Formats: sequence, structure tokens, C-alpha cells
Amino acid sequence: MAKKEYAFYPGCSSQLKGSASNYLVSVDSMCKTLDVKLTQIPDWNCCGASIGYAESGELPRHVMNARNFALAEKHLPGQDVVATCAACWLNAKESKEKLASNQTLRNDANEALKEVGLQYEGKSAMRHMVEVLIEDFGYDELKKPVVKSLEGIKFAGYVGCQTNRPFGINGESFENPVYLDKLVESVGGEAVTSYDQKVTCCGGALAFSEPDKSQKQIKDIVESAYDHGAEMIVTPCPLCQANVEIYQGEVNKKYGTKFNMPVLYYSQLMSVAYGGSTKAAGLDGQVIRAKKLEEIAVKVIKK
Amino acid sequence: MSEALNQQALASYRNNFLREVEEKVEEGEWVKMCMQCGVCAGSCPFGPHWEHSPQKIFMMIRAGKREEVLQSDSMWMCTSCYNCVVRCPRQLPITQIMHGLASYAHRLGLAPKEQPTRHFSALFWNNCTQTGRVNELKLTLGLYFKDGLVSGIKKAWALRNIGLSMLLAKRLNPFEILKGHECQDKAGIQRMLKKAHEIEARHRGLNG
Repeated sequence: MAKKEYAFYPGCSSQLKGSASNYLVSVDSMCKTLDVKLTQIPDWNCCGASIGYAESGELPRHVMNARNFALAEKHLPGQDVVATCAACWLNAKESKEKLASNQTLRNDANEALKEVGLQYEGKSAMRHMVEVLIEDFGYDELKKPVVKSLEGIKFAGYVGCQTNRPFGINGESFENPVYLDKLVESVGGEAVTSYDQKVTCCGGALAFSEPDKSQKQIKDIVESAYDHGAEMIVTPCPLCQANVEIYQGEVNKKYGTKFNMPVLYYSQLMSVAYGGSTKAAGLDGQVIRAKKLEEIAVKVIKK
Repeated sequence: MSEALNQQALASYRNNFLREVEEKVEEGEWVKMCMQCGVCAGSCPFGPHWEHSPQKIFMMIRAGKREEVLQSDSMWMCTSCYNCVVRCPRQLPITQIMHGLASYAHRLGLAPKEQPTRHFSALFWNNCTQTGRVNELKLTLGLYFKDGLVSGIKKAWALRNIGLSMLLAKRLNPFEILKGHECQDKAGIQRMLKKAHEIEARHRGLNG
């Protein structure tokens, strides 16, 4: 298969020593195996996230995203823009839709973009990495490079909110999306399909401003994974990953639970299954170590 | 400036709060389409924590309860999960309307003063637009220390295990306090955003 190329929008949390830096490490490893070339959009900026609304207003928020698109169109023409972060994807996609449907807004955005010598034309498509995997490769194609099956590990596929709503992945239902379960199965893992908290909100940015309320959400998400026999949680969203992983200790203090469940990215599973090391799969970036995956990662493949 | 904006809005809309929302609030023109089914109220993850569901807020807007709506802390409970949006039978962009109302109340200076998400929301936008990229360390510290030094140290101490584990996992950089990731053209981004705010204020009549 020919090399696939995309304009890459990694997002703030993926940067070196950022809270999701191990996500990017594992994505790089996965893409190397799949022969995908990701070229970062030069000088990309923050999408504004969903939480910036108090002061962002409407146009400034869309202009932030329009700048990234304009940079991609200028430097990487013809390539789809791909984000790994759920919020980056959602916000960029929302801006693109708004700018496409509202001529006044588009003119205004371009007036502001003149300040940085750029122009938004809306040519590049906005896609999430899981869309690339599912639509440009497909589950069967993703199975082919597997050299170490994740057989025997039970994963709760925690989809969360922002890759699922309001846009979602094409062909999936909002209430019970199954793409993550299928990705788990494509690398040989066992998907806990009865997991009933797969689209529950982790509190998002309110994990910071309303910790008690958000930790109740996180408790439900982890508890249900245990109740359904999962050994690990897997997610496509950096904020879901961080919230559900790092607050388990706080939840334990408040609720007397003994949670210690690893929370992984789909890309880490794929990296390990494709023969990636602990480091290449970003498993050394886990706060709660995924021992069973690390054991598979260090195994030597017999040829 | 916010008080002047508020007086201006009061004078020009008198008792027609619905029209004020339609003209001043992002996606506000959708409010009249709500059919009061309550699916949004039942779909919100923070449902047990607010006083007014989106459904109630929409009815209150139509009933002209301006102060109660703009002073409500309900909009600030939105986690941006978009459950209400995908379930709304009329497909109202409820999440965006909640953000729009919160933002408007914030601009008029009517939003609840000690609302933690109001504080965090403003902190986040100022953080990410300063250099074009989020400085995660400054964002976290800004949140801990919002009520002063002593309370900040207490909060940081209470959550020290999280900070330490993130540091060990190389997912937190203490040197971000000095300099974090940033865009090369941060000056350009500032100019671009200033322009965007000017244009928006012109369109929405928000020049106080």
C-alpha cells in the first residue's frame, strides 16, 4: 500500500512533556508501521478547547481554528488535516462547518487572518486519527501488521464524549458506538462489549474546576469497568485518559475504593501489537502502569 | 465597561429578553424553538448539581426572567459532553447556547462571582492565547492559587501525589513556569485575535 500523508494537528497536550505526550509517542510508532507520514502544520495553535468560552467569543474562537486550516492549506495543500485529540478535532470541525455555512463569518475570519498574512479557503478536510484508521485502512487492514496479539487481555472501550458527540464517527450510534471495541479486537484483545459507561462524561475540563462532581463521574466509569471484568480501559481522548487515570487515587480516598486500573490509548495497543517496545508505545508514560501490556511489549518475537 | 454594557442592553431591549438573547448570544436565535420536552435535563451528567436545566433556562428566557438567567450558575455546569445536543428532538445546539449565555453573562458582569468554572474558563482562554499554545503548568497553578497563596499551597499539597506521578511519567514539565511551548508568531496571533474581538463587538453591538 502506498504511503499515506496527512497534515498533522497534534494539539497542546501532546507536546513534549505535556499531559498526553505518551499519546503522540505511540501514534508515531503506530504510524511508522502503517506507513503513514504525519507532517505537523507549521506553527499550529491551540483550538481554544471547549472551556475557553467565557472570554473567547464566537469569532475569535473560529479564527484560532481558521489559522490552523489556512496554514495547512498554504504549506500542505491537498492533505487532510488529522488531529489525535478529541477536543482539537471537535473544535476545528465545528469551526469549519460554521465557516462553510456562514459567508459573513467567513469574511470576518479572513479579515482577522489578514493580520497574520493568511487566508482561509476551507479546502482541507478535518479528521480524527481513528477515522484515518477505520476509513482509510479498515479493521482487516489494521490486523495485517499484528505480530503480537493482545490475546487474553480484557479492555473496556471508553469512548467518552468528544469523538462521539456531536459529530461522531461515521456510521456509529451516539449511545453505543462500537468502533473502539472493533479496534481492540483487530489487535487480538478482548473487548468488554457489555461495558455500560462507554459514553459517560468524565467531567472534561470541569475535573479541574469542579473536582468532586467530576470524580463521581470518574468513579462510575472505572467501577463499571471492574464490574464487567475489564483489566484495562482504552480511550481515544487525551482528557478522558488523564482524568480517568490520574484521579483514581483521589476517588479511592473519597469513596474507599481500591481502583488501580490502567487507562490506555488505542494507539498504545496498536503499537504493542505491531511489535513496539514499552518506550515506543509510550507505556512508560502511564501513571498506573499497564503491566500485562508491558509483558507483551518486552517479549521477543520468534520468527 | 461591563456595567455600561448591561445598562445599554437594559435600555435597548426593555422587557424583551428573548430578543436580547437572539441578538446578543451565540446561537441565541434557537431558544424559541425549544418545545420543553426535558430530554436535555435528563441527559446532563451534572444534572443533580444545577438549579435550572437548559429546558428551564429556555422557558425563563421567554418569560423575561433576565436577572435569574444571567445570574444562574447552571450554564457554568456544562461539561461540553454534547449529550443534550444529540438527543434534542429539535436539534438545538444546546451546548453552544449554554456557552453563549455564560459568555454573555460574564461580559455583562452578571455571572456569579465565585463560580469556579467561570474563573477557569477565563484562565484557560487567556493562557492559550498568550502564546498560542496552552501552558499546562501555569494553567494548573493559576487554578490552585486563585484564592491566594495559603489556599494555593494547601491545594497543591493535597494533590502532590498527582503532580509527582505526572512528573515521574514525564507528562509535566516544571520548567514551563519559565517558558513553555509557544507559537513562533505569537505577536501575530495577538493582533489577529484583537481584530476578531473588534469585528465581533461591532456586529453584536457590544462596544460598551
